[in-house]
Amino acid sequence: MKNEKIKFKDRLKDISSGLGDSLKESTLWGSIFRPGSPFRKGYSDSPRNRSYVVMNNVLYHLHPVKVKRHGVRLSYTLCLGGLSFFTFIVLTITGIWLMFYFRPTEMAYVDIQSLQTSIAFGSLVRNMHRWAAHIMVLVVFLHMSRVFYHGAYKAPREFNWVIGVILLLLTLLLSFTGYLLPWDQLAIWAVTVGGNMAGYTPVFGAQVKFALFAGLEATEATLLRFYVLHVLFFPFIIVIFMAIHFWRVRKDGGISGPL
Amino acid sequence: MVDIPEHLLLKTAEARAKALGISVEQALAEMRGEAEPTKIEKEPDVIEVTPIEVEVKETPAPAAEVKETPAPAAVKEAPAPAPEKANGQVPTEVDFAPETKVTQRLLTVVKAKPIQKPTSEPVDKVNTWPHLMLPEFISLMAMTAFLIFISAILQAPLLEEANPNITPNPAKAPWYFLGLQELLSYWDPQIAGVMIPLLIGVAAFMAIPYIDRNKENKPSKRKYAIMLWTFFLAGAGTLSLIGILFRGPGWNWTYPWIDGVWFDDLLDWVHFE
Repeated sequence: MKNEKIKFKDRLKDISSGLGDSLKESTLWGSIFRPGSPFRKGYSDSPRNRSYVVMNNVLYHLHPVKVKRHGVRLSYTLCLGGLSFFTFIVLTITGIWLMFYFRPTEMAYVDIQSLQTSIAFGSLVRNMHRWAAHIMVLVVFLHMSRVFYHGAYKAPREFNWVIGVILLLLTLLLSFTGYLLPWDQLAIWAVTVGGNMAGYTPVFGAQVKFALFAGLEATEATLLRFYVLHVLFFPFIIVIFMAIHFWRVRKDGGISGPL
Repeated sequence: MVDIPEHLLLKTAEARAKALGISVEQALAEMRGEAEPTKIEKEPDVIEVTPIEVEVKETPAPAAEVKETPAPAAVKEAPAPAPEKANGQVPTEVDFAPETKVTQRLLTVVKAKPIQKPTSEPVDKVNTWPHLMLPEFISLMAMTAFLIFISAILQAPLLEEANPNITPNPAKAPWYFLGLQELLSYWDPQIAGVMIPLLIGVAAFMAIPYIDRNKENKPSKRKYAIMLWTFFLAGAGTLSLIGILFRGPGWNWTYPWIDGVWFDDLLDWVHFE
């Protein structure tokens, strides 16, 4: 009885590996995974293949084949830059999902309510979007502090630091414009406080406030304005600056240090 | 011509002094041309080497001057021509028969220079795959797990529908602006609300790399910069915490453990009472 079981298992294994082999030998599979990919047939762990994995991967746009040894240590970067980018991706995905159920009109509050009560995973996705937004602000700021403490803004990386400050500002603006969208008392009054602060700008304070609120105070016109800024304008701008930021990291010689 | 190092000059002078029976100072002076060369009565046996293949740069008539420094002792004392030959700069290819007496003199000292100049130091590197991409992937997974976990247990706040006619007391900005809102209660809004965030928050931050010209990145060599940033962090953190937890109605001081938290963003999940 026991023997038969083993035989059956072995046969199953043979069949599945045979299927896998013929799949991996197919033209389709070979056309999808470029040479050096771990998913190709006969991949083995060799220095040459380790280089190929990166070279024949879309992530070659982000990572070089080799990186400085000290930069790989988790305690050096705490992965903060990567996590900033990753929270942005999470926010994009959950944000697109939320857009299916949200109207930036007088229906906004109702939409959020029904999202929480009657839409599958609505509450979870909304929570994820909100907490990821808070985490992104925090992580971007921590990343900035890490870069400062390592003196990583020094030549030749001066300009990348400037781009980083712009990215921090855009992160804050994204978070701030998103803060209004639930259209509850918390949202409208936080934005009113923030908008009033901008209204103290010398000389053209009133104009700044008018442009921000699309009027004299936070209304549904403000909601539409913040919505467009939040889902289209600022993401568009921040992606451009992120591209330059990542490109400059590599152009300026990869990670700074060692200390 | 490279200056002859002092110790080599001295060595040569000592050898010359020993050979001619004069003092070292005298020999030195002669070599510098400050004194008349010592006359030698008996010419030593010198085989004059005609430097057929010799190409001596910037040194006038070496063969003629060979006579001047006779003693065989100088052969041992004077620096060997071998290192010069190795440089390829003075290709003195002279074959001496072992029994012949040869005198030499120091022609020139060529400083050793590498043929290739490395522009950068070699760096210790590792393969991105798997040494960087695997930890990255793990941290992304950990972040995702953390996010799903807190999203499952912490409900994002949703108060009553927006109503411009009912002003909550206090009305608070998002948490990352509460440090500024706290400053706003001390100073004129034009300073705290606009000038500080614009000038310090944006312009000064962007200017940091152009102000800090210290090239060191070791923490021990940039204590001042680190101190400044730590002060900034402590200040911003303190102001934000005060704004978030210690300000209640009318922006008056409250204690979160006595009066509760007057910050609706934390409404559903921070309870001190």
